Amino acid sequence: MAIRQCAIYGKGGIGKSTTTQNLVAALAEAGKKVMIIGCDPKADSTRLILHSKAQNTIMETAAEAGSVEDIELEDVLKVGYGDVRCVESGGPEPGVGCAGRGVITAINFLEEEGAYEEDLDFVFYDVLGDVVCGGFAMPIRENKAQEIYIVCSGEMMAMYAANNISKGICKYAASGSVRLAGLICNSRNTDREDELIMALAAKIGTQMIHFVPRDNIVQRAEIRRMTVIEYDPKCKQADEYRALAQKIINNTMFVVPEPCTMDELEDLLMEFGIMEVEDESIIGKTAEELA
Amino acid sequence: MEMNKEQTQALIDEVLEVYPEAARKDRAKHMAVNDPANPGSKCITSNRKSQPGVMTIRGCAYAGSKGVVWGPVKDMIHISHGPIGCGQYSRAGRRNYYTGVTGVNAFGTLNITTDFQERDIVFGGDKKLEAAIDELEQLFPLTKGLSIQSECPVGLIGDDIEAVAKKKGAELGKTIVPVRCEGFRGVSQSLGHHIANDTIRDHVLAPNEGKEFETTEYDVAIIGDYNIGGDAWSSRIILEDMGLRVVAQWSGDGTLAEMENTPKVKLNLVHCYRSMNYIVRYMEEKNGIPWVEYNLFGPTKIEESMRKIAGFFDDKIKAQTEEVIKRYRAQWEQVVAKYRPRLEGKSVMLYVGGLRPRHIIGAYEDLGMEICGAGYEFAHNDDYVKTTPEMKDATLLFDDASAYELEEFVKKLKPDLIGSGVKEKYVFQKMGFPFRQMHSWDYSGPYHGVDGFAIFARDMDLTLNNPCWKNMQAPWTKSDAAELAKTA
Repeated sequence: MAIRQCAIYGKGGIGKSTTTQNLVAALAEAGKKVMIIGCDPKADSTRLILHSKAQNTIMETAAEAGSVEDIELEDVLKVGYGDVRCVESGGPEPGVGCAGRGVITAINFLEEEGAYEEDLDFVFYDVLGDVVCGGFAMPIRENKAQEIYIVCSGEMMAMYAANNISKGICKYAASGSVRLAGLICNSRNTDREDELIMALAAKIGTQMIHFVPRDNIVQRAEIRRMTVIEYDPKCKQADEYRALAQKIINNTMFVVPEPCTMDELEDLLMEFGIMEVEDESIIGKTAEELA
Repeated sequence: MEMNKEQTQALIDEVLEVYPEAARKDRAKHMAVNDPANPGSKCITSNRKSQPGVMTIRGCAYAGSKGVVWGPVKDMIHISHGPIGCGQYSRAGRRNYYTGVTGVNAFGTLNITTDFQERDIVFGGDKKLEAAIDELEQLFPLTKGLSIQSECPVGLIGDDIEAVAKKKGAELGKTIVPVRCEGFRGVSQSLGHHIANDTIRDHVLAPNEGKEFETTEYDVAIIGDYNIGGDAWSSRIILEDMGLRVVAQWSGDGTLAEMENTPKVKLNLVHCYRSMNYIVRYMEEKNGIPWVEYNLFGPTKIEESMRKIAGFFDDKIKAQTEEVIKRYRAQWEQVVAKYRPRLEGKSVMLYVGGLRPRHIIGAYEDLGMEICGAGYEFAHNDDYVKTTPEMKDATLLFDDASAYELEEFVKKLKPDLIGSGVKEKYVFQKMGFPFRQMHSWDYSGPYHGVDGFAIFARDMDLTLNNPCWKNMQAPWTKSDAAELAKTA
């Protein structure tokens, strides 16, 4: 079977890396061969699988060696829990250089080195929250990732981000085979969160593939640089990730999204009471003027 | 070929005909029929983005800064900051002659670049730039300063070259000038000139405000002469003969100290207005130094310019200038007597940068030649306003012409001589037109001044009257008709 390449997008800080690694651990537990490619200069997409702070990234290793031509796949590819293969693109510290170019270079390197030619079932790209430039769209270009999962929650900004990412997918869906495969709700315990995300999913023509409830065991496992699957396989939260993994294995709903307009999105938020009906009379008024 | 206004306009219309409507509308604004009676009117659109799909002869902002303004400053090293190509293809400048010993007090022929690799793009090039500056200091400790010439990627990844310049400048106690001349900025090299001028203002003139310098009443600076083929030197002879003291040459054969001393001169003499008007306007405002444009191509303009410059000084200079003119006349009359009969009545078409199309006209006219069409690569509106009165009525004017337009104009106007750049040279020579490369004087020069005029006249004669132009037809095609007739 062909490798299924999936990219995980979502607002910064929403829990993409944590969700991805727990999900991947569950897939591995179910006997799947998986590779994670971290596409974020912070390089924190593989630490729970490898029990490490941050692995040697492709770009840093290449910079030390001279160029990417001077390094081998095994210099940067590490194997962790459940034989999950891990690579991090890496990139500059904040404020210098071009992180987007780092992602492009790293992915090209992996392709040239045959990282995808192994008998893999899944490749997961864990991408920096904000698709700030072309480099961070690399995983969904040129027929790399075909399935996009967006991690979101019932918070307003997370939903805005999910909708914006859908717009980006539309752009690349027109010229390639990339499709939106679903929203993963990573719960923040907001009111009627599951219903809201299901409603949003319906609006943009996709599904809420799974609702991951909030559980502090995830953080406890993280402190130990572990996934919950590994840290406490018997806990309830582990079953949630297993359920997500099964749903992804069996997923066949791949769509070209129909992102909402801002008005539609705001209507939805108002419907669920997250956003107040706009009071036009207060716009542009200072506290003093309103008092 | 003499043309009236209607004929010239018809030629423009004919050339534009092949374009799709949008391109035609745009390009029509860049062409005009000269009307010397009406120089103030906005006759022609210039300094706009080139049309895609045609070959333009323009350069980029980096070319304007590194190649034109900064490159010739000889006691500094100019670092091409970015990937290797820009530095390599602008290597050794534009034949900006200089005196000095390479590696000791002159560095013009060195090709110094930070040679960006993928990792420098991803992780930023600042550290490499610092390392390059350290290495340069070790290898060439006698440099008076450095300039950092930004190539495109530097602007894209946001490298903080100002911080590096500041830090290293303090560390080494040298002037280090960060220049944001990324090639994608602006529509031509013209913006690069402006950016370079601004960096001279901020990093050379401003920090040295009030610097001690022994002055005289007759101090002048040559501004905007890049000493191509020794032009600034032959200009300097004239100014010194007039009794003036040339304190600085900007920037051909120039030094950092000369630039620092310039705000103390009595008069700034502007040769290339397009590339250095910015800095003389600054010195006028800041230091109260008047400036004047001059033109030392050909006897008529030389005389005119000498008197114009002398007008800024006392009677001693004025009298001496008249004496010198008398002496020069004897020299250039010989040149005119020798070459004018060989060049009289010939037509010339010019397509050069931002100054020469108007500046050289007088020199051609002194030799009895006339301009049948002229255009600039990167001129602005004020350049065209200055050009209009220099040319005859109904002369063809064009701005940022494409290879196609130029070829069509040449086919119709059939000039006896074409003066343009190296990309045009071989095309027109193969079409059988005598051609001079008027950016680098075709590896000859100088053309400025009295000495330069003699070389200019000789070169035009050599090119125009070269016997090769009579042999443009291959012998086997020539004899065909006759041979055929015989066998018939």
